[in-house]
Amino acid sequence: MTIEAAPPKESFRLSMLVYDTRYRSLTIQVVFLFLFMAGAAWLIDNTLQNLARLGKDFSFNFLWSRAGYDINQRFVEYDSGMTHGRAMLVGLLNTLFVAALACVTATVIGVLAGVARLSTNWIVGRLMTVYVEGFRNVPLLLWILVIFAVMTEAMPQPSAFRGDEPAASMLLFDSVAITNRGTYIPEPLFARSLGDIYVGLFYISLDLVAVIAVFIASLLGNRVLLRHAERVQNETGVRPRTWWKSVLILFVPLLILLSALGFHLRYPELRGFNFQDGIFMRNSLMALWLALSLYTGAFIAENVRAGILAISRGQTEAAFALGMRPRRTMRLVILPQALRVIIPPLISQYLNITKNTSLALAVGYMDLRSTLGGITINQTGRELEGMMLMMLVYLVISLLISLAMNIYNRSVRLKER
Amino acid sequence: MSETHAQTAAYVRDTMIPEQAPPGSEFGAIHWLRSNLFSGWLNTLLTVLSLGAVWWLIVHIGPWFGNAIWNANSLSECRAILDGREGACFGVIKDRWHQLLFGFYPGHLYWRPVLALVLMLAALAPVLFTGVPRQMLWFTALYPGVAYWLLWGGSVWFPIAALAGFAVGYAAYLLLARVSTLIGTIAAFLAPVLWWLFASQAVADALQSVIPLGIQPVRSDLFGGFMLSIIIGVTGIALSLPLGILLALGRKSDMLLVKTICVGFIEFIRGVPLITLLFTASLLLNYFLPPGTSFDIILRVIIMVTLFAAAYMAEVIRGGLAALPRGQYEAADALGLDYWKAQRLIIMPQALKVAIPGIVNTFIGLFKDTTLVVFIGLLDPIGLSNAIRADNAWNGIYWELFGFIGLMFFIFCFGMSRYSMYLERKLKTDHR
Repeated sequence: MTIEAAPPKESFRLSMLVYDTRYRSLTIQVVFLFLFMAGAAWLIDNTLQNLARLGKDFSFNFLWSRAGYDINQRFVEYDSGMTHGRAMLVGLLNTLFVAALACVTATVIGVLAGVARLSTNWIVGRLMTVYVEGFRNVPLLLWILVIFAVMTEAMPQPSAFRGDEPAASMLLFDSVAITNRGTYIPEPLFARSLGDIYVGLFYISLDLVAVIAVFIASLLGNRVLLRHAERVQNETGVRPRTWWKSVLILFVPLLILLSALGFHLRYPELRGFNFQDGIFMRNSLMALWLALSLYTGAFIAENVRAGILAISRGQTEAAFALGMRPRRTMRLVILPQALRVIIPPLISQYLNITKNTSLALAVGYMDLRSTLGGITINQTGRELEGMMLMMLVYLVISLLISLAMNIYNRSVRLKER
Repeated sequence: MSETHAQTAAYVRDTMIPEQAPPGSEFGAIHWLRSNLFSGWLNTLLTVLSLGAVWWLIVHIGPWFGNAIWNANSLSECRAILDGREGACFGVIKDRWHQLLFGFYPGHLYWRPVLALVLMLAALAPVLFTGVPRQMLWFTALYPGVAYWLLWGGSVWFPIAALAGFAVGYAAYLLLARVSTLIGTIAAFLAPVLWWLFASQAVADALQSVIPLGIQPVRSDLFGGFMLSIIIGVTGIALSLPLGILLALGRKSDMLLVKTICVGFIEFIRGVPLITLLFTASLLLNYFLPPGTSFDIILRVIIMVTLFAAAYMAEVIRGGLAALPRGQYEAADALGLDYWKAQRLIIMPQALKVAIPGIVNTFIGLFKDTTLVVFIGLLDPIGLSNAIRADNAWNGIYWELFGFIGLMFFIFCFGMSRYSMYLERKLKTDHR
């Protein structure tokens, strides 16, 4: 029988805080926290001193005072008599609007260019390489300015559309007019409109709500149909034909609703010195939208190309060996795998688009930066509060987008072991 | 045997037929055209459309280049020479060449930025290419001081005193490392900071009064053009990589506090547009600093651009770290390396190699983003193009200036991306 010797009692010594890895991280963290707090305190103290010296206080009350400036593009009612807070809302909506437009077109352009760059067609591949390299390697700001200059300098004046033999003509069956003052497109109108509804901050068109609701209902209906088809396929091995049912479910209710509401388009028309009616899209919006789409489209094209190339050739060959046709191989084997690679960088490109809308400043588009971060700051002298609020808004948008990305990533992650 | 054979077969070939040339559709230009351009109706359509687009571009832009005027002193002179034809007026680039390159930097001092650029290439060579002698790295280390002195001018003692901070740190380490490595390390960090805060300026002034040695100082607001873009871009690139590595390590750290602060910093910077940070630099920095201090606007911009790029860099490097198998960390531990040695010798060389494309993309993005300084009133090339257009002689000139600026940026950025491909190929160690 052996008597276990008690291990030598370890007493805590101060030097262990540094030399013992168990305690060292604690020491480092305490020192780090101390330095961080000291730095933060220094900054806050400086700010308070400076504010006191300038005779300013720190408050966001300016948001409820009269703005006194006009905004030329607005999706909610606004006039110069309304508050700075309201102007900020208008600017935020403008930012989100151009960002959403650019996200859609950049995705379309990017996917097309990315696929075309992989094409076996020599000349198409080369042209797409030129497009991608050309746009990726030149600053976005320059592209915005170039496209703005094209819109304002190289496009015809409204008067060029007049006369028996006009120098310029409208595009797409006389529905779109591109002039040096801006672009005019047809306006959707409802003869038997449902009216608007007031939701706290602004009015929402009930027609739009009805259209969106019907469309979402159609999508859900289509999903039920596809689920059913899949169940039948699993049970019997034969997949019922669904395409004509899908078409019916997706489009017929929408068409019925539109005709019930008396949907029609009002085309822009040249009257007097300028085009009247229709929707007027300012050059600032067009330049920002096109430049963001083309610029980001080049990046998305590279993501798409990388995603397709990342799927090894063996996958295609395996699918062929199973007897799948090329289209099915693409849809069922290649795309689901490629999308897992493509979508995360795609969403971070959306993030970039949203942040890059702040370059609107270069062409005078009234976005969040121009309203809250520009005129409001200049008028009220509240640069500290204004900049902080603007950063916060951008930060919230970005975090929301990255939240969506994380949720997506989790849902498609390869489940290994 | 041959008898029976002779009855069944009238003729037996005993020599090989010479190989025939493949049919005309299987080689040469026609085959290439068929397989690459017209292999199906879709491909044919795409080819025709592409050719049409190229033709349209040539027809519309060709004459504009063809009739280009290089010798003119104003747009009206250009138009007089062109006499109604379409044509570019590249005279503006010739006329304003120096301005586009140097901004309003004094004309008789142009040799200084040019010399700084040449020395920069010399300083970069040992970093970029392994064929260059390693001793050149000493010059690379001294280069920031040299470049600062050449560009901003003034007393030569100021950059020397600033660089001496590193020597002070090294000396403190050598002295105190004998007592204890820990104290030595702390001293190596503290001594330079104390030197820069309290001694550097005084020493520089003292030396200047004893041995006045200096060149004509140039104010920051005279800087402009591509010189400004390169100054901001190169400094930002050089500083953002180490800072990004530190942030990425902080984010991967086991220490909760360090990790939280790094994540917060990275996500904040990545969540806001660069413009807001630049406006912070120009509008708000006066709030955050002690009353009465103000420092150079270019320096402020460099700090902001560096912080911005560092956050992106940290994410790229984190991706590289994540790509390393766990075994590499464990192997480093098994060899008994401490944290920094393991990072320096095992982890970082591999992680950085994986992250090269992303790192260079961040560099390219940073260099393109230097154009945003136009919004806070610095005269980068785009700001200068506005200034040139404000002049009566060149009022209304757009495409030539935009084309020139775009081309210059394209050359820089495209060169960087090609270099990254070269580096990837060179460092590729897997055998595929």
